[in-house]
Amino acid sequence: MQIPAPFDYVRASDVDNALALLERHGPESRLVAGGHSLLPMMKLRLARPEWLIDINGLAELDFMVREGNVFRIGALTRHTTLLESPEVARLFPIVTDAEQVIADPVVRNRGTIGGSLCQADPAEDLSTVCDVLRAEAVIRGPAGERVVAMDEFHRGPYETAVGQNELMSELRFPIRPRSSSAYEKVERRVGDWAVAAAGAAVSLAADGTIEESSVGLTAVGLDGTVAGIGDLLGGRRPDEDLFAEAGRIAAAACEPVADQRGGIDYKRHLADELTRRVLRRACARASEEQEG
Amino acid sequence: MTTTQERPASGPGEGARPGNPAAGDKDRPIGYGRIQRKEDPRFIRGKGRYVDDIVLPGMLHGAILRAPVAHARLVSIDTSEALAHPKVKAVITGKDLEGLNLAWAPTLSADVQAVLVTDKVRFQGQEVAFVVAEDRYAARDALELIDVEYDILPPVIDARKALDADAPVIRDDLAGRTDNRIFDWEIGDADETEAVFAAADVVVAQDMVYPRVHPAPMETCGAVADFDPIDGGLTLYETTQAPHAHRTLYAMVAGIPEHKIRVVSPDIGGGFGNKVGIYPGYVLAVVGSIVTGKPVKWVEDRSENLMSTSFARDYLMRGEIAATKDGKILAVRTNVLADHGAFNATAQPTKNPAGFFSIFTGSYDLQAAYCKVTGVYTNKAPGGVAYACSFRVTEAVYLVERMVDVLARKLEMDPAELRLKNFIRPEQFPYANKTGWEYDSGNYEPAMRLSMKMAGYEELRREQAEKRERGELMGIGVSFFTETVGAGPRKHFDIVGLGMADGAELRVHPTGKAVVRLSVQSQGQGHETTFAQIVAEELGIPPEDIDVVHGDTDQTPFGLGTYGSRSTPVSGGAVALVARKVRDKAKFIAAAMLETRPEDLEWEKGRWFVKGDPGAGKTMAEIALGAHGTVALPDGIDGNLDAEVTYDPPNLTFPFGAYICVVDVDPGTGRVKVRRFIAVDDCGTRINPMIIEGQVHGGLTDGVGMALMEIIEFDEDGNCLGGSFMDYLIPTAMEVPDWETGFTVTPSPHHPIGAKGIGESATVGSPPAIVNAVVDALAPFGITHMDMPCTPARVWEAMQGRPRPPV
Ligand SMILES: Cc1cc2nc3c(=O)[nH]c(=O)nc-3n(C[C@H](O)[C@H](O)[C@H](O)COP(=O)(O)OP(=O)(O)OC[C@H]3O[C@@H](n4cnc5c(N)ncnc54)[C@H](O)[C@@H]3O)c2cc1C
Repeated sequence: MQIPAPFDYVRASDVDNALALLERHGPESRLVAGGHSLLPMMKLRLARPEWLIDINGLAELDFMVREGNVFRIGALTRHTTLLESPEVARLFPIVTDAEQVIADPVVRNRGTIGGSLCQADPAEDLSTVCDVLRAEAVIRGPAGERVVAMDEFHRGPYETAVGQNELMSELRFPIRPRSSSAYEKVERRVGDWAVAAAGAAVSLAADGTIEESSVGLTAVGLDGTVAGIGDLLGGRRPDEDLFAEAGRIAAAACEPVADQRGGIDYKRHLADELTRRVLRRACARASEEQEG
Repeated sequence: MTTTQERPASGPGEGARPGNPAAGDKDRPIGYGRIQRKEDPRFIRGKGRYVDDIVLPGMLHGAILRAPVAHARLVSIDTSEALAHPKVKAVITGKDLEGLNLAWAPTLSADVQAVLVTDKVRFQGQEVAFVVAEDRYAARDALELIDVEYDILPPVIDARKALDADAPVIRDDLAGRTDNRIFDWEIGDADETEAVFAAADVVVAQDMVYPRVHPAPMETCGAVADFDPIDGGLTLYETTQAPHAHRTLYAMVAGIPEHKIRVVSPDIGGGFGNKVGIYPGYVLAVVGSIVTGKPVKWVEDRSENLMSTSFARDYLMRGEIAATKDGKILAVRTNVLADHGAFNATAQPTKNPAGFFSIFTGSYDLQAAYCKVTGVYTNKAPGGVAYACSFRVTEAVYLVERMVDVLARKLEMDPAELRLKNFIRPEQFPYANKTGWEYDSGNYEPAMRLSMKMAGYEELRREQAEKRERGELMGIGVSFFTETVGAGPRKHFDIVGLGMADGAELRVHPTGKAVVRLSVQSQGQGHETTFAQIVAEELGIPPEDIDVVHGDTDQTPFGLGTYGSRSTPVSGGAVALVARKVRDKAKFIAAAMLETRPEDLEWEKGRWFVKGDPGAGKTMAEIALGAHGTVALPDGIDGNLDAEVTYDPPNLTFPFGAYICVVDVDPGTGRVKVRRFIAVDDCGTRINPMIIEGQVHGGLTDGVGMALMEIIEFDEDGNCLGGSFMDYLIPTAMEVPDWETGFTVTPSPHHPIGAKGIGESATVGSPPAIVNAVVDALAPFGITHMDMPCTPARVWEAMQGRPRPPV
């Protein structure tokens, strides 16, 4: 049994109460959602919060709803809920693709989308997914609510725009016509973090050319989406040469580091290979969508 | 689901001996056969009782402070702040142990190991101090209050550099030690082998690494020590695979008289060799209990288990094969650099510093063989041999089976055909190999042919050829292994001077129910079922009427424990013989009851009856009651149905098997998918086929782990990079296919029931099959070898033409 350093624990009754508790207990307090990132770090004594503020009872943060062309997902929505939602699978197949390869059922049953984004681990799959889908994060704090885009939300490894006395309440995903998306990850074993992964989203014009597109990479040292890919693909018909060119751009854009999962050249190769694969699949799905 | 070849496809001696299961399970309501495990109801319901479930009145809790660095001189330890913690009862350091003459303890390999550091830290994670506190949390918290000053030294991490002239000497505690060499050991005839190599048409050589891996049992190691200061008795609940050997060692080392020590090994959550040796934590729990006068529990966490307890393998090998140009294998030669870590603490027979690695001659009829093994110290955790490896048979089988594939490639021969061409033939058994083993029995070709038939080998090769045309990467890997297990005859094998025999005691109660007491200890192998079945087979009492007692030195006869697949070969022999002793005694009692002469009686399962008069007979239950009743007994027969034996096996047993693995490799990512795995095993007489299959399934899963993902790595400073399950990957159900198992039956001619042991066959035999399949898949890239683990990154590197060793 791995034993964390001593800490106190309190359950929040609603969002306002959670914010008040954060205020009261100060910088040494931490929110706990699914706990699947925070608790392992506490057990290894890499994190030593003095107070845990449990937000698992906050039903107001656990929802999924479509409002016009926006899909809202509450921060406390579990991985499993996302994985099993037919609506998510239809609108954002990238989310379903990613959820299939995030951790294992035990982790997915508890872990949340809010926790994933706020943990901001460089290998977090949902961060890439949100980048690619151009999601917005809703942050609540003592001063009320603010909505930030992903490039503003991410502040580097393990850092986000969410302040110590704030919490993330939801994510908002724009819904685009004739669009689809895909995610693929290479891992050493089921449940392992990515060696590298890529996600892509595309929207097609009525004539079948690519209107909008974005590609994101996981665990290879790239912040946000790959620059230049939207411009490259815009107005062109999806084909293998185009995907190959996009793959080369992605490989050049990333800055992987060597570790036990693989060397730099391999990860760069994966950035290329997986970019091609996800673009291929996203385009195929989008054109099915169009025909369907 | 799993295809099981229900009928033995071959089997010399099949049906030839009483007790052979070949008649099929259904016909045998008693004894051998596929019955459910007696221990499962308690495990399935969460009612197992493990060391960590034990709670004694007034029990305190221990935690170990471990070294953060791999090599450092200990300058000072300040424990005052920890001692001031309100819940801390004691803090023990190396200095305290020196006062008790317990700072160093003998290992199982004629070395010593520090219980707590006194002079120098020799690996990261080494034990530095022990805190005893009122609860586990306080003990853990107090570790942070201990202030230790280290003087960092350069570490030796790469075993290849351990013998360099300028390498730091790790074991300066040993008098006269000037380098890091532990031993040089050789076997076989070097000159004869060289002569064969010099004259051979074809010679191939390959360097290969069997990386350091870890047994990673689900239950980590732990102990509860309960020293009674009044009567001087020690009860020690421990995660041990060898309770009797431990007790004797504690008596020798700690000076507590052996009759005052009781070692209890309750339910054990997996061992795989990890729980053979004596760890500092066990000794510290004992010292903690002596110092505080209270029972002390110590249970390590996962990181401690992975970083400090017995690893396995870590063999850097060079293999060479000499052959004729038409594929007759003539000789095998190998040179090994063995990384033993900071202390030589491998658990293996005294005369075998490289374990049974000398079985590297494999299943082939050779003219010559030679091997040299050099063991070295490095600044890594000690241990070795552990992990279902049959005393390094794993490394040996990997070496020869990889080499045979390298040769097949060189000769452009099919690897299955090459093996078939070189097998030791049935009429050559018992077969004396070139390194001193006498293979007791074997019939290799039928097993190989059965596995090929189950696989559809020809069809697979056709499919592979088609896929290659299309640029798809499919590989087919073959391995054929022979193990040497069941150590062993006392004239050859001992561990710290204790002969490797096993005892059994059997008592039939007056109503005909029985209890059998074993000296071996189960860590999940199903002993409570298998050993009841052996007694059932011999006495005709149903297995459910036979209790199996094991794991408690106060309750069981002496013996060396469970590892190296030795329980069925050794203890299984003891149990069969003790049951036969009872059966023979029952004959005399039955004769007295029937008022006839013993020689006029005949046995049928469960009953002695008068020859020619089947109606006149006595069942075991009747005889048991007679024995304890008032029947006048013949001279020399006591009034009970009890017996005991100690079984000294005449030879080891030599299980074998033919494995075929099919993999698909993603050309874009290097990901390996094990699509199919066919395992044909021959473990001689099959007692409970379901348990055998379970052992095989587990071992094959281990094999996938080692071949594809498992490795304990270190950085250049000696930091262990495999200290959690995030970094040390073990396989899940998602990485393994549905196993296709089959069998042949070639009973051991010298074992009382012909059984050979199955516990490690699949762990031994599967890694080469998987690696051979991966290398076969990569053939289009000109690859003839790649080392484990075949992770996506490493496979991709191999595809780029630069495969590299993992260390
Ligand atoms: C074995 C294992 C394997 C895993 N594999 C993967 C993988 O392959 N890919 C992957 O992407 N992830 C993986 N994860 C991480 C998993 O997805 C986690 O569940 C997730 O990262 C965190 O979600 P959580 O709800 O558990 O967060 P917690 O652990 O509860 O919290 C994480 C952090 O976020 C903060 N936080 C949580 N909710 C909020 C909020 N609403 N507002 C502000 N701050 C908040 C917490 O204070 C904490 O700092 C794995 C985890 C484990 C244990």
